[in-house]
Amino acid sequence: MSNNREFYWRRLHSLLGVIPVGLFLVFHLSLNFTATGGEDAYNNSTGVMDLVPHSLLLIVEWIVIYIPLLFHGLYGVYIAFTATHNVNRFGTFRNWMFALQRFTGVFLVIFIAWHIFQTRIQKALGADVDFNMMEQIVSNPLMLAFYIVGILSATFHLANGLWSFLVSWGITQSPSSQKVATYVTMIFFVLVSIIGVAAILAFV
Amino acid sequence: MTTAVGTTTRTVKLEILRQDTEGGATRWEKFEVPYRPGMNVISALMAIRSNPVTADGKTTTPVTWDMNCLEEVCGACSMVINGRPRQSCSTLIDQLEQPVKLEPMKTFPVVRDLQVDRTRMFNALKKVKAWVPIDGTYDLGEGPRMPERKRQWAYELSKCMTCGVCMEACPNVSEKSSFIGPAPLSQVRLFNTHPTGAMVKDERLLEIMGDGGLANCGNSQNCVAACPKGIPLTTSIASLNRATSVQMFRNFFGSDHMVD
Ligand code: SF4
Ligand code: FES
Repeated sequence: MSNNREFYWRRLHSLLGVIPVGLFLVFHLSLNFTATGGEDAYNNSTGVMDLVPHSLLLIVEWIVIYIPLLFHGLYGVYIAFTATHNVNRFGTFRNWMFALQRFTGVFLVIFIAWHIFQTRIQKALGADVDFNMMEQIVSNPLMLAFYIVGILSATFHLANGLWSFLVSWGITQSPSSQKVATYVTMIFFVLVSIIGVAAILAFV
Repeated sequence: MTTAVGTTTRTVKLEILRQDTEGGATRWEKFEVPYRPGMNVISALMAIRSNPVTADGKTTTPVTWDMNCLEEVCGACSMVINGRPRQSCSTLIDQLEQPVKLEPMKTFPVVRDLQVDRTRMFNALKKVKAWVPIDGTYDLGEGPRMPERKRQWAYELSKCMTCGVCMEACPNVSEKSSFIGPAPLSQVRLFNTHPTGAMVKDERLLEIMGDGGLANCGNSQNCVAACPKGIPLTTSIASLNRATSVQMFRNFFGSDHMVD
């Protein structure tokens, strides 16, 4: 990135990861969680989306999801590949988090691309995205495993990303404030993971 | 103190990554030198220098390394010792597992053997104006006083000896990235804390808001774990993150509170 704009790109990357991408993830997993109430509950709650006029939905999807997600994902891959990992020499907790943040990030680009292809693009091609569709997808144990790893990667990447966000914007500065943030974000990771994994298992 | 038995029977085994020229090929060489109580890594290297013969009896060139103060204040003698970057003058053989493996800090250009070129760190210090500006066309007089407690705290940051250990430990400092690294960033905090230094505080912040600057930190926090001087590098970085967040808005809205 030329013209001395890197600082702003990085800050934008950090911000977009939380708003809107992170918010969307929490919303998405919570909506899926309704599947634990059965097929009807899930179809009813996701059906609400169909009440929104199609063109408006598309605009919102692009502005709130695709563009920020694309930027965060592609710029993130660039960031990930500029790192030289050294967890074998420095096996500290934070260095592991640093490495995992990058591994999950790169994996998520692949997972999300596949997930969008399997659901949103199929919908655009005329398929119905509903309980049945997901049930079919996860009836393949390999797909189920892929989805569970994908969900956990996403929740981890968001939780740990929140921790970095707090540092990168200068909100948590002292070692103890950063430690408190570690606990809070890890609890957040566990809670959102439970929601996400319970949701996918509801389709099994 | 040393007994004849102690010096003749005990030896120190070393394995050193050799490199004859800048960018040239590397090879490992094994050495075995007589043990003496209280040896540091440098004294083992000196023993090799006085008798440059490998453990299997081949004559080789003396090993090259940098050193100066021999008391962990100049930072010149840093190298990777058993996988960890540290000072070879203050690292004692007794505290190391053998064979002692010595490698150069490869995050820097290797000049020869264990000697590296830390020029990028010194350039970075120039770039961020890591000094207190006191030169004028007339006598500027005394600067504002610094509160004593602030001085004590800032003293900790001033202990940096540009040794490069934090740079070697950082996964984001490498030839793949232009990241300025932890040490010069912490110096920005030091000089922005100094009452006279703070008079050009916005210039330093603008400098680290450029390419390869502050925002390239990925928070692995290896630097703070590795720094031999215990400098709170990650606290400095987080504090600069806050300062640049504010500076970003000041720039955007054309604030006239640039050095407040
Ligand atoms: S901050 Fe610490 S590790 Fe880094 S150069 Fe200075 S003294 Fe060395
Ligand atoms: S020789 Fe100066 S720090 Fe080791």
